Amino acid sequence: MTTIEKPVSTPGPAGGGPGYQEEILTGCDAVAQSLRLLDVDVLAGYPIRPYDAVMATVAKMIANGEMDAEFIIADSEHSQFEIGKHASLVGARSFIGSSGVGWMYGMEALVVTSSLRLPVVALVGNRALDDPGAFGVEHNDALMVRDTGWLLYWVETAQEALDMTLMAYRVAEDHRVMLPCALSMDGAFLTHSQHVVQVPGKAAVERFVPQYDLGDRRLHPDNPISVAPQFNEDWVMEARRQSDAAMRRVPGVIEEAAAEFKEVFGRGPEDPFVEAYMMQDAEYALVGMGTVGMVGKVAVDQMRAQGKKVGFLRVKWFRPFPASRLRSLLGGLKGIGVIDRDYSFGSNAWGGVLYTEVAAALYASGSRPVVVPFIAGLGGREVSVQNMVEIQGVVEQHIASQPAEVDCHWIGVREHVGKGGER
Amino acid sequence: MAVGSVDVTYRGIFQKSLASVITKALVKAARHEHKIGGTVQRYSDSPERNGIPAKQFAVIADEETSLRVEMAKYEPDTVVATCVLDDTLVKGLESWAWYGVQAVNASLSPGGVLLVVSERPIEELADWMPRADFDWRLAVLSRKTSFAGLWVYNDDGTDMEVLGALSRVTGGLVALESLVATAAAGSDAARRAELLESGFSSVQVAPISAGVGREWPYETPALPAWDEMGEGVAIRGVPKGERNMLFQKFTTRTARPVVDFDRCVRCQICYTVCPDEAFDPTPSGHYAVDYGHCCGCGICANACPVEGCIEMVDELAFSDNSDLHRIYEADPEGYGNLRQAALATAGGPVRHYGIF
Ligand code: SF4
Ligand code: SF4
Repeated sequence: MTTIEKPVSTPGPAGGGPGYQEEILTGCDAVAQSLRLLDVDVLAGYPIRPYDAVMATVAKMIANGEMDAEFIIADSEHSQFEIGKHASLVGARSFIGSSGVGWMYGMEALVVTSSLRLPVVALVGNRALDDPGAFGVEHNDALMVRDTGWLLYWVETAQEALDMTLMAYRVAEDHRVMLPCALSMDGAFLTHSQHVVQVPGKAAVERFVPQYDLGDRRLHPDNPISVAPQFNEDWVMEARRQSDAAMRRVPGVIEEAAAEFKEVFGRGPEDPFVEAYMMQDAEYALVGMGTVGMVGKVAVDQMRAQGKKVGFLRVKWFRPFPASRLRSLLGGLKGIGVIDRDYSFGSNAWGGVLYTEVAAALYASGSRPVVVPFIAGLGGREVSVQNMVEIQGVVEQHIASQPAEVDCHWIGVREHVGKGGER
Repeated sequence: MAVGSVDVTYRGIFQKSLASVITKALVKAARHEHKIGGTVQRYSDSPERNGIPAKQFAVIADEETSLRVEMAKYEPDTVVATCVLDDTLVKGLESWAWYGVQAVNASLSPGGVLLVVSERPIEELADWMPRADFDWRLAVLSRKTSFAGLWVYNDDGTDMEVLGALSRVTGGLVALESLVATAAAGSDAARRAELLESGFSSVQVAPISAGVGREWPYETPALPAWDEMGEGVAIRGVPKGERNMLFQKFTTRTARPVVDFDRCVRCQICYTVCPDEAFDPTPSGHYAVDYGHCCGCGICANACPVEGCIEMVDELAFSDNSDLHRIYEADPEGYGNLRQAALATAGGPVRHYGIF
């Protein structure tokens, strides 16, 4: 009578790194495997789906003696995040997480974690904000910390979830960075689906992610310091500038870490910041984050087969935003469709958050492409290959008709009959 | 084969781990054959509650593209087999999301197979089958329904037998040898291999032609456009005295409460305790169960102070949700016979698996 899946070695493609095992894991299970391999010291949790699947897996691993950690169930997300922050401050590698309004409820604790420059790692299982109490994916929850000094990354597969959990600790705990990092994972489409994952061996992980060392900022009786005293106009601006400087150092640290990841594990993406699919000779690009990449790439294959030069660009790191990468990949294209699985009511062109960032980045490009905003897949609605083809059609139509104003298009929303939409 | 999916339909919580073990084992076996795969839980079934119909599917593919497309969905497109882990699910499946009551074979592809775990004869199950507009097959693995709790796994061999049967009825979507090599691991390997073998050899299959079967009485609800909906996430309530016909909940039920109205002392306790307010007061002072809205939790049967007055009876002893109290009113004796006949068909009342 046990629920635990013991790892079994099955033949699979090489590239898992030394001592790897192949397993079938959900996105949440994959994160939990990394937490085990990283010997995370303190895990604070408060259940909300879809993120809470990681709590269940971690609890089982601790109960089975596969992992040794303090697993503290808090009375709310606010307490949970405070526990993570304080644990990090006394030198413990710590992990937190949430979804939707749970993430929002702990917002105060999240912003103090980044302003205290503590490298806590979080999992955000992306979920629509209430109301209505929907469980499906929307990216607004994680995006709410985008201005606060959190590093933000959107994963697409369970393998990437495992890899990026390792990468998150490695980058966040780097002395040049010391900022918290949130991994975002599409609720349902990744948190609750299982993929084939290469789980690396512990020795390789230890080589890639060194011991967490907070240095002389570690709160300890032998190291009397006072953390977070009252500041005003006298010191605040300097503290903010320090966070800014740390954020500016992140791209270099990511590049360094990505190169070493390849060295240690024998695999890894070509570009750590974005995934550029069929972009070499592209005239058009569709841009999105998370699991829309899966259908986006298939749609690109289909449109390429019809002779259309379209590529898909998946933004992986959202903070720091890879603006120069986007300029070099997207500058000079004919047209771009940005697919937001989020909303930013009242913003530029009535579009979403990703659109605003992409358009702003491309403003500084020598030849500015047409950028059209799209909102799709809210509340967990499926985004289909057909939707992607439809989006490309709208981009082309936009270029042909040259409207005076750019206006966001909602894809897959039920429109009233007679307004040209499907019902 | 570029891609093929196996849809596992199960009772929420009680069979969650079982469904997950089966889908995962299929992908592992496919990996053994150097194919790729993944699994998806239909998320709109979440949060799972005791007994609600839920689905999880495994996708097996030769190449990445088809796998990606199939896994970006809540309902797969290329279902070669649907596996039904509890036979009372043949009455339909209602998800939290407003899809209406779906037929158990709704996602099946033409030529596909519906594998039901059941101790009932295949002819009896065939009688329950909703009509499809293509030829398909019904398969039965004769086994007692396997139920467990949320965090425990009832390791009673159902997983292995189902996997063996699936290998057979799908014509080797994954080969039996691959299942033996991957699923029958560990100290229990010999027993597991035996169970895989027995599922493979004992499964029965019957062809079902297009157009044969029950007419599906439920419609998919029409949902309003964004500019037709009320604003502020407010929806119209059900008028006083009426019931919500868009979301009924009866497909959660594996057994239903049947009242012996001759014994009933009209104490109102069942009416008061029912968490789904499924009882309707009647002029005679009895309380009539609305079987469209009863989830079969068994709380009323447990609370009724009169011995043998409310009994939980296997759901498949009844063909529809019609009002049994109305039958009683018209002909008390006839109702008594009907009740006895249902109990006989069901082999007596069930000790409910729910809260009790
Ligand atoms: S079994 Fe009884 S208590 Fe439970 S929902 Fe049905 S009528 Fe109500
Ligand atoms: S609880 Fe039993 S005796 Fe009381 S009204 Fe209901 S059926 Fe009759």
